[in-house]
Amino acid sequence: MNRMPEIEHSADDGVEIDLISGERMRNKTSMEKIRMILDDVRKGNIVILEEGLTPDEESRLIEVTMTEINPDDFAGIEIESFPRAAANNTGLLGRLIGAEPTGKLTVIGPANQIHSLQRDETLIRALISQR
Amino acid sequence: MGLLGSLRNSISRVTESLFSGDSEPRRIGIYGPPNAGKTTLANRIARDWTGDAVGPESQIPHETRRARRKENVEIKRNGKSVSIDIVDTPGVTTKVDYTEFLEHDMEKDEAVRRSREATEGVAEAMHWLREDVDGVIYVLDSAEDPFTQVNTMLIGIIESRDLPVLIFANKIDLDDSSVQRIQNAFPQHETVPLSALEGDNMDEVYGKIAEYFG
Repeated sequence: MNRMPEIEHSADDGVEIDLISGERMRNKTSMEKIRMILDDVRKGNIVILEEGLTPDEESRLIEVTMTEINPDDFAGIEIESFPRAAANNTGLLGRLIGAEPTGKLTVIGPANQIHSLQRDETLIRALISQR
Repeated sequence: MGLLGSLRNSISRVTESLFSGDSEPRRIGIYGPPNAGKTTLANRIARDWTGDAVGPESQIPHETRRARRKENVEIKRNGKSVSIDIVDTPGVTTKVDYTEFLEHDMEKDEAVRRSREATEGVAEAMHWLREDVDGVIYVLDSAEDPFTQVNTMLIGIIESRDLPVLIFANKIDLDDSSVQRIQNAFPQHETVPLSALEGDNMDEVYGKIAEYFG
């Protein structure tokens, strides 16, 4: 699996933000994507996915996140993305060729570090603290 | 899923329906965020039609930490009888922090135990959604903001599985209730206002359940 390159830094240095392109995620299996996201988030990093996850992957992300929550260590994730409504409208041609809805920018981070995460159709706003 | 895939699923459903003789009640999952009133609704439905409750209700989040099924709930509407299994599920969230339970006068050990059970319950609820329900009642507290990521994700997951879904705008007895806000958030689905606690608008609730899941 193509792992995220490590950057040596301490929590005092600041918060690491990883913007991950759609291309980087495209050839990964669902579990590889989820593992990569959670490994990154559990280090205290913020993950921004250019193309987001499918509904099935989101469902598995919630499920795997729940199995990893640990008192005093990991309280889960905050996740925000732009509304899927417009992206979901793939139309008849899209349905004929089996097109998946196009992705949506998604921000994922540790629940205990993202204190305020708001969004509307055009804006995601996050307040991130250090560990 | 492409058109061919959709067609295959539709044919499969019709075939299953024809050959099962509709003898198997459909499993209807009651989903939603914590404290939306899912168990209060499940108990209201179960008590109205079977006389029994499904589980304990509470103001403390994550009171329901295991999915609970009430089988063969027979709802009679307009001369027709509809039999469903109700599955009351734990509230879905992406985070569980045991310190939140400390605010409800719990000792740390009890709060940690409860948070562990809550995480297992959410994972269980997601598994039921992917594998074991035939339709969804999505319950929202109409006094709360419905534009949350968890709601958006869950509705997206339900839609991606082509499950029939009804949105119930619960707690209309509260002063801050706004059914319109929920209708605006999910205009693609029918929203039914109700108060499961007070029993308000239950006639329409049962009519819609029979219509959508019968």
